[in-house]
Amino acid sequence: MTTKTRRLEVNRRSGWQSWLGPFFTSDVGMKWMMALTGIGLLGYVLVHMIGNLKIFIGPEDLDHYAESLRTLLYPIFPKEGVLWLFRIGLTAMAVIHIWSATVLTLRNWKARGKIRYDARRQYAAANYASRTMRWGGVLIALFVIFHLLDLTIGSANPDYVAGDVYNNVVYSFERWPVALFYVVTMVFLALHIYHGAWSLFQSLGLANPRYDSWRRWLAVALALAILIGNSAIPIAVQLGFLTVSG
Amino acid sequence: MNLTLRVWRQPRRGSEGAFKTYEVKDVSPDASFFEMLDQLNERLNDQGEEPVAFDSDCREGICGTCGVMINGSPHGPQSGTATCQLHMRKFNDGDTITVEPWRALAFPVLKDLIVDRSPFDEIIQAGGYISANIGAAQDANATLVPKPAAESSMDAAACIGCAACVAACPNSAANLFTAAKIAHLGLLPQGQPERYLRTVAMVETMESYFGSCTNFGECETACPKSISIDVIAWMNRDYVAAQWKNLRKQGQQA
Ligand code: FES
Repeated sequence: MTTKTRRLEVNRRSGWQSWLGPFFTSDVGMKWMMALTGIGLLGYVLVHMIGNLKIFIGPEDLDHYAESLRTLLYPIFPKEGVLWLFRIGLTAMAVIHIWSATVLTLRNWKARGKIRYDARRQYAAANYASRTMRWGGVLIALFVIFHLLDLTIGSANPDYVAGDVYNNVVYSFERWPVALFYVVTMVFLALHIYHGAWSLFQSLGLANPRYDSWRRWLAVALALAILIGNSAIPIAVQLGFLTVSG
Repeated sequence: MNLTLRVWRQPRRGSEGAFKTYEVKDVSPDASFFEMLDQLNERLNDQGEEPVAFDSDCREGICGTCGVMINGSPHGPQSGTATCQLHMRKFNDGDTITVEPWRALAFPVLKDLIVDRSPFDEIIQAGGYISANIGAAQDANATLVPKPAAESSMDAAACIGCAACVAACPNSAANLFTAAKIAHLGLLPQGQPERYLRTVAMVETMESYFGSCTNFGECETACPKSISIDVIAWMNRDYVAAQWKNLRKQGQQA
């Protein structure tokens, strides 16, 4: 068949990809993985935000909450056991999410070819959120690394004291570039969620015209909740509502 | 109306191309876009120049042969309209119009505005058929089709295969085309015997040529038949179901 020789094989499944099987290396399958891990990560972001809003109740509440994460289901599990299960699960989800995004992006760039349209494309449906998924995602990944160094490991926070969660947060956000970086990232995270929480229904094949408007509102609500809830903390520190305690 | 056209000219596949500017005078607002190009080509013929090559056949929006990028919009500014059905009254006197071929790695330019869309043929060959027994035609009412299935299938079957979806997609994905074909056949009882094998074969052929969906939704707005991206969701679901069924029941095609 002469047609075979023309195949472009944008989506190659050779070598290491072949043992994963056709589903996990197909574009459709990888979008499934992105949607499922996206749900997991979104759930985490929500829980993380709700927990951290305890900072507005008081230093003891936040510190106590943080400590309780370490003793979750203790003594059934060892101290920090459940916490580490969560950490491993989250890392796995983030890796699958980012890995799929990277592979798919490279395939898409290849599929576009080198010659682009000369006239400016008149986008009718693509919006700022959907077009910033990739670079916004990179920004979020970089932020997460900084955030871990800043508030979990403490090496990016000169005033870090292990266990003194409330003061660590306040000291960190008193540095205005850190607060600004945080808020900017939250804007991109909200945009990411605005497109992602809508789009995942499509990837999972759950889209149904009857629920389409409902999907849009769900995405808007989640994006706004994350944006407002999370940004409130650095803004409150910068405005002096939250100050060092003890 | 008088117009300035910037048209992509490329003598053959793989050769260098460039934009060339033409003035077209006294265009009737009632002319179609292609009648306007015909007008230009007649003049080029008279001047002994090579006319602008473009694809068109039915010129009534049903065959899918036509399609060019007009000022950055596939099939031009009017939604739900193929290029052949676009009229010059959608433009203004004195406009400059940029006309380009569809762009995607899988669609090499053959000449000027004509691209090779045979990857679409291969997607169809991979599964765009149903089995029908030979012999006398069976009674037309022998297979009952639920009304909603018939309607949804017809919506998908409106696809004319023009490839505007690929041209519109920032990822050069052919999901709308492939999903329309899969939904068209897979929703009907007649399409059930090959359903899952079809979905897998067509999706995998599609993926070997084209990019993937990031749910921009550009294809839906570019589609001259306004086919909804809901068919893509249907394909995504059917593909997963197909992988399951083939693995568990048939075991022949993992
Ligand atoms: S020429 Fe047939 S659809 Fe345009």
